Amino acid sequence: MTYIAKPKFHHPGLPKNELGFTHRDYEGKVSTLCAGCGHDSITASIIEACFELSIEPHRVAKISGIGCSSKTPDYFLGNSHGFNSVHGRMPSVLTGANLANRDLIYLGVSGDGDSASIGFGQFAHAIRRGVNMAYIVENNGVYGLTKGQFSATADRGSKSKRGVTNTDNAIDLVAIALQLGASFVARSFSGDKTQLVPLIEAAITHKGASFIDVISPCVAFNNHTGSTKSFDYVREHNDAVNRLDVITGRAPITVDYAPGTVQVVEQHDGTRLALRKLDADYDVHDRLAAMAFLQKHAAKGQVVTGLLYVDPEADDLHTHLNTVEQPLNTLEAKDLCPGSAALEKFNASLR
Amino acid sequence: MKPTDIAAPDYFHKVVDCQWACPAHTPVPEYIRLIAEGRYSDAYMINWKSNVFPGILGRTCDRPCEPACRRGRVEKDPVAICRLKRVAADYKDDVSHRMPKPAPKNGKRVALVGGGPASLAVARDLAPIGYHCVVFDQDPQAGGMMRTQIPKFRLPNAVIDEECNYILNLGIEFVGGTRIDSMKKLLSENFDAIFVGSGAPRGRELEIPGRKEAAKNIHIGIDWLSSVSFGHISQIGKRVIVLGGGNTAMDCCRTARRLGGESVKVIVRSGFEEMKASPWEKEDALHEDIPILNFMVPKAFTHDNGKLTGVTFEKVKAEYDAKGRRNLVPTGEADETVPCDDVLVAVGQENAFPWIERDNGIEFDKWDMPKVDPKTMASSNPKVFFGGDAAFGPKNIIWAVAHGHDAALSIHKMLSGEDIKERPLPEVTISSQKMGIHEWSYDNDISGDKRFRVPHREKVIALKDIKAEVELGFDPKLGFAEAQRCLNCDVQTVFASQLCIECDACVDICPMDCITFTENGEEADLRTRLQAPAKNLTQDLYVQDGLKTGRVMVKDEDVCLHCGLCAERCPTGAWDMQKYLIDMTNAGTPCQQPARSAA
Repeated sequence: MTYIAKPKFHHPGLPKNELGFTHRDYEGKVSTLCAGCGHDSITASIIEACFELSIEPHRVAKISGIGCSSKTPDYFLGNSHGFNSVHGRMPSVLTGANLANRDLIYLGVSGDGDSASIGFGQFAHAIRRGVNMAYIVENNGVYGLTKGQFSATADRGSKSKRGVTNTDNAIDLVAIALQLGASFVARSFSGDKTQLVPLIEAAITHKGASFIDVISPCVAFNNHTGSTKSFDYVREHNDAVNRLDVITGRAPITVDYAPGTVQVVEQHDGTRLALRKLDADYDVHDRLAAMAFLQKHAAKGQVVTGLLYVDPEADDLHTHLNTVEQPLNTLEAKDLCPGSAALEKFNASLR
Repeated sequence: MKPTDIAAPDYFHKVVDCQWACPAHTPVPEYIRLIAEGRYSDAYMINWKSNVFPGILGRTCDRPCEPACRRGRVEKDPVAICRLKRVAADYKDDVSHRMPKPAPKNGKRVALVGGGPASLAVARDLAPIGYHCVVFDQDPQAGGMMRTQIPKFRLPNAVIDEECNYILNLGIEFVGGTRIDSMKKLLSENFDAIFVGSGAPRGRELEIPGRKEAAKNIHIGIDWLSSVSFGHISQIGKRVIVLGGGNTAMDCCRTARRLGGESVKVIVRSGFEEMKASPWEKEDALHEDIPILNFMVPKAFTHDNGKLTGVTFEKVKAEYDAKGRRNLVPTGEADETVPCDDVLVAVGQENAFPWIERDNGIEFDKWDMPKVDPKTMASSNPKVFFGGDAAFGPKNIIWAVAHGHDAALSIHKMLSGEDIKERPLPEVTISSQKMGIHEWSYDNDISGDKRFRVPHREKVIALKDIKAEVELGFDPKLGFAEAQRCLNCDVQTVFASQLCIECDACVDICPMDCITFTENGEEADLRTRLQAPAKNLTQDLYVQDGLKTGRVMVKDEDVCLHCGLCAERCPTGAWDMQKYLIDMTNAGTPCQQPARSAA
């Protein structure tokens, strides 16, 4: 961490978004994580994504659990709502908040310990229910706060900083999310913001459960030879299936793509995802093929990244429960209590 | 782009905008840090070594450093560098024991014509290494225009005396009250070298109708100022018009206010914005209830029985031709006559060398100015050098000092049998500022303060006494706060590609979006692809290759705060904050090999 606050001055030529904010306006406090932590790059990517989408900070709720990753909501969106919950319980808190106020944008920020170990069940159920959220796991494969023990996402055969080999099988959160019915699934790398930022934008604009697994090297405990979550390893084994551009509003797609290489996916809110295919055979709408593709490449030691699956027609928990459009927390007594005449009528219908 | 060669001394020198802009290249951030530490004497000595007259310049410098100051690009106003220099001079202890001692003479004699800043700077550099310097001046005391033309309410005599004496005490022979009226004669006196630092002593005339008839009440600005300075003039009419828009005009009008001028006006041909006077001098004049009327061209002095009654002006406006050149064209409005009792003409200064015969090897150009090499200050006579206003026309004190250093070096080289065209590189000291994991030997916490104003003496009191200094200077507390605004641009961000793991930590933390990791390209293309567009073409891009991904690190130096956060957040020490202390090599600097590189 640094002892000084980040100076308030910013570059005089910084671009502004539709709200007149620069990306600096989306920052939080200065990070207290180790210097070089991948999580800080994810923080910067979330800041960039919210800036690009011209999101009003007060419309965002950022919710996290415990761990290095779960500290990061303090470092972005300093003017948003936040809840730093109990270890592994972010999904429950987020689900509850989402049910009470469906109007906010929900960012669930978690880590591999928080989501693949103590909160594994919580993770599973939030995804299974289709809670409308962007669930981001900052995945470094170690317990950094307790000095580098393997986490549940550490690959079998990978080595710890002290040279111990991991003998347990790894949990692949992307595979689990696909299996549990997440309607937006992606994987990315903290060292590749050009890929990560549009994925976060797409996840935020997606209606339904979006899940992004971001491999985020722990420079203190998991960035050595033998690690499969190091900068070098991920760069060498990164197999990106596509590149994404997010096009909001009605703006025409002006980016110049070579013909036949782009697939445009239109989402509920009108946002369009322009996918430049890097792997010609990969189909982002085929859940089963995606799962097979992942397994095959994982067996070869490759890290598949990009937008792996998206269902643009997905529903969310509110649709399933048939709740009213109005956020529940704004319902007044008169909305909830229709009066004795209505009661009479209802009773009469049961007689 | 090719990787930046940071070993070239100029690369990081240019990053220190203030030092690069200063003609004498004073290491500004270094002395500002010392001021913040309260080490005023040390700060003074750094200045003294570089610019010879810290106390004088701290009050009067034209401060080319301030428009260059990076702080002016980061927020609104630059650091008050000039007035901080005065803080060092005001609060230092006795520094006489730190001055060079008169050296044993080496047998070489150098004549210096004029006792102003240029000549004194030459003498300051040459005397400590054994040259016998003889300074001639028409006035009884040394100081030249600093003493005669700058009003005492801006620059008290005590400051001039102190700083001239530091030089005169180096064993210099000062011949006051002696005007050199023949170069030929001087050349025949067997000096080993002659330096001409006689200034631009002639005020430009304004030949318009009525000039002769009303001559009694029309005064040439610089002559009038020096008469005031010597006490020959102590009053002026109630209504005064000052013609001209330069700093001399500002000194004239403010002096007139103190000598009985109740209604003093400055009237200029050009627009207010294009006036030559420094903005702060205009501000000070306006503050003393002196209106500045613009776009008025003087046509005639009106007079009655040999007594001046006023000045008639034609009203003009600025028009720009296709090449962007300005022309002042009449507006067609009726001429205006402004009544007055006295006029001060401050429409420029000229050089005049009637005393230099044209047959002793000193060539003159078509403007009748001596041909002088701008690097060596040498004339076409190998023994004769020029500097200050005498060399290239009116400039200012800091340029005179810079010329003095250059000329002294040339004289020393010439008399040592060396080629004067070969100029030594500056002396560069590089040191990492890292003290601990997140600790630096400089204060990297950026102050958010706006520029502090220098306290002024109350106007009513200031206008009553021509010798009462108007500016009171920063006190230590204000001086500290202002010093903290300095961004320490000499503490450079130095990048080592081989250590970088491309984690982006520096990119993410940089408050000014200076750093980008990207594919290499041509400079024009790279400038558009950075985190923030690099539109200031006067500021370099720092490019380093050798990264594992094949990308390059590009840092736009333009608005870097030198806060060191990139280095604090770097997990591998690929970024380091290193102080580049760049000292110009002057005559007397022991080590002078020109081939020496910086790093």
